[in-house]
Amino acid sequence: MRLFALIIVSGCGFLLIYGTADFPRWADPAAPACTHVSDYYIEKSEEQTCVPNIVTAILADYRGYDTMFETTVIFGAGVACFFLLRNYRRKAPEFRLYRHVPTGITFRIEKGGKFPDDSAEFKRIDSLWTPQDIIIETAVRLLIPFIQIFALYVIAHGHHSPGGGFQGGVILGASIILFAISKDLRSAITRIGEQTSGLLCSTGVFVYVGTGTLCLLLGANFLDYGALAGLFHSTTAMARSHGIMIVEIGVGISVMAVMVCLYYIISSAGNMDEGL
Amino acid sequence: MDELLSPILSKYNYWVYITLMMIGLYAMIAKSNLVKKIIGMNILQTAVILFYVSIGAKQGATIPIIRHGHEGAAAHAVRAADYINPLPHVLMLTAIVVSVATLGVALALAIRIYRQYGTLEEDDIATRITGDIRKSP
Repeated sequence: MRLFALIIVSGCGFLLIYGTADFPRWADPAAPACTHVSDYYIEKSEEQTCVPNIVTAILADYRGYDTMFETTVIFGAGVACFFLLRNYRRKAPEFRLYRHVPTGITFRIEKGGKFPDDSAEFKRIDSLWTPQDIIIETAVRLLIPFIQIFALYVIAHGHHSPGGGFQGGVILGASIILFAISKDLRSAITRIGEQTSGLLCSTGVFVYVGTGTLCLLLGANFLDYGALAGLFHSTTAMARSHGIMIVEIGVGISVMAVMVCLYYIISSAGNMDEGL
Repeated sequence: MDELLSPILSKYNYWVYITLMMIGLYAMIAKSNLVKKIIGMNILQTAVILFYVSIGAKQGATIPIIRHGHEGAAAHAVRAADYINPLPHVLMLTAIVVSVATLGVALALAIRIYRQYGTLEEDDIATRITGDIRKSP
């Protein structure tokens, strides 16, 4: 099997290397990929959309359909994970572990015993016992606000610097995942619940498609943000810039929620009670 | 010597992506553990992303953000030769996030398979499946 795989792989590699003989050399300005439509985008995008970052302009405006369905693919991945793994018929665990916070003593309460309410004194902990780590918790508590502000900056400043909805959304999701890793899955779920993250997934896609439909209702093509000029009292190009902003926010919400959703479901194997 | 080296040096970006792609493909074919196959798939996706980003490069050009763009639209002429090709970047921006999404679905499937068969080794799963079929009638 290994030999067979090696033969196939090296055959493929040889064909690909043989094919590079006809390819343009690296960083060739006259390469076919860098000539036709790319020049048009570079020269016209700012005039037409008022967005200095050409990548953002193409992503959300010229290739708006592509990005819309890309967002839908991500949403679909979140939904697919949910249906594959979410487990509602799980029986209650045999025992629960609680930590008495002031003394640091851990209690193991068997099934049928009285579980204390979650309070400042008693904290439920995972069945794979983890020691309390005050250094990690404090460091993460300090880091998370800065990560989230940076994520919002990446989304909001995507017009003028590298950034946009996808990147900002992933950073925002990472801050929440970091919180879940540093404490435990339950405390993350009490802050951003399963339903909230599910709703946010679809909200992002809805914002994107809704913007496109709004353009359609205002008499232009689907996702032609120029039609929003009347709403914003601005020029057509400026309206495109605003339309791109709205769409990027939608993408950011959706990506953030899907990242959180995927982490919740995969780390807890669908049980949503305890994970990494 | 220079004649021999220059075609290699001027196209080394393709060589890097081909190497990575072959590593990923080999892992997907030859490894029997499903998690290793998923890692191979990710390496292959990364190779494609590198390939696309590398074909966007232009000699003597800068990142595709118009300089002094915020001072007013079309106040200055923009030359296409000054900026690298933005199109591959756009395509790969979405491909990266989609690769994360496919990774999530692949891991979810792996967890599901593990729950069903208790193993992630391909051969063991195959014997369990055939064993189930023999048992069922």
